[in-house]
Amino acid sequence: MTVLPLDVEGPAAPPRSNGELVFAAPWESRAFGLAMALHDGGFFEWEAFRQQLIAAVARAEAAGGEFSYYRCWLEALQTLLDSSGVVDLASVDGRAAELACRSAGHDHRHDHDHH
Amino acid sequence: MSPVPAPSDLPVELRTEALESILVEKGLVDPAVLDKFIKTYAEDVGPLNGAKVVAKAWTDPEYKARLLEDGTAAIAELGFKGPQGECIVVLENTPTRHHLVVCTLCSCYPWPVLGLPPGWYKDPAYRARAVREPRALLEEFGLSLGPEVEIKVFDSSSEVRYMVLPERPAGSEGLSEEELVPLVTREAMTGVAKARPPA
Repeated sequence: MTVLPLDVEGPAAPPRSNGELVFAAPWESRAFGLAMALHDGGFFEWEAFRQQLIAAVARAEAAGGEFSYYRCWLEALQTLLDSSGVVDLASVDGRAAELACRSAGHDHRHDHDHH
Repeated sequence: MSPVPAPSDLPVELRTEALESILVEKGLVDPAVLDKFIKTYAEDVGPLNGAKVVAKAWTDPEYKARLLEDGTAAIAELGFKGPQGECIVVLENTPTRHHLVVCTLCSCYPWPVLGLPPGWYKDPAYRARAVREPRALLEEFGLSLGPEVEIKVFDSSSEVRYMVLPERPAGSEGLSEEELVPLVTREAMTGVAKARPPA
């Protein structure tokens, strides 16, 4: 039986004042904000996003492994944008690959000849 | 030439950054709007809103009646509205009836009153077990309910978001509305706990 990850909080307070982490990592907040901003801009109905989120959650649970809600969230957003022709999946992968190369370039260390 | 990682290997951080950069380049997303949404939900909108609603309902019978009649409108009276709050139904706990809220499919949650959902609410185990074995689940949250208490589980649908109105704790009779607010936790408003007893 799965044990719940309990992080039961104290009295209610704004997220800021009780130190609560709404997002576990910065990318989660960006993925959240993108969906909100696009919905606000009229690019999709929330229900359309929700249906993609339900599908992404179901796929993640069927695949097993560690569950990440915002990973599902991002996948749902990407699928929705791809199917509606706003941003296709391949261009996001292409840009991400470019960013990966940039990171590698910025990350290189200078300790390879010090031993 | 440096090897290009296969898309499936690309970290989610990079895919998010890539999507954002494309959307901003195309002029489809304004970074200022994006930042404002994040700031609002990371810093301002949280369960304190719901706690104020509950404390008012505990002290103002007419407000409580309005809240149970039309949750969305009564909550908006206090200035709380916005995404995921278009249709909020408030469920009143009593000594013989306890409500538990879940969204089995995708973690829908009443953002204007509770903020964004915590980790446990999104967890597959919670979403599956809230419906299948709510009594055992509540035991794990530290809430033991006697056999005389009926447990009603409410699964969020495409439209409706639920919030629990917990029972006012014993010993809180002399407290003001303001003093009652800290007794109301997020967990009490989702039904995995009772409101805190006064210190």
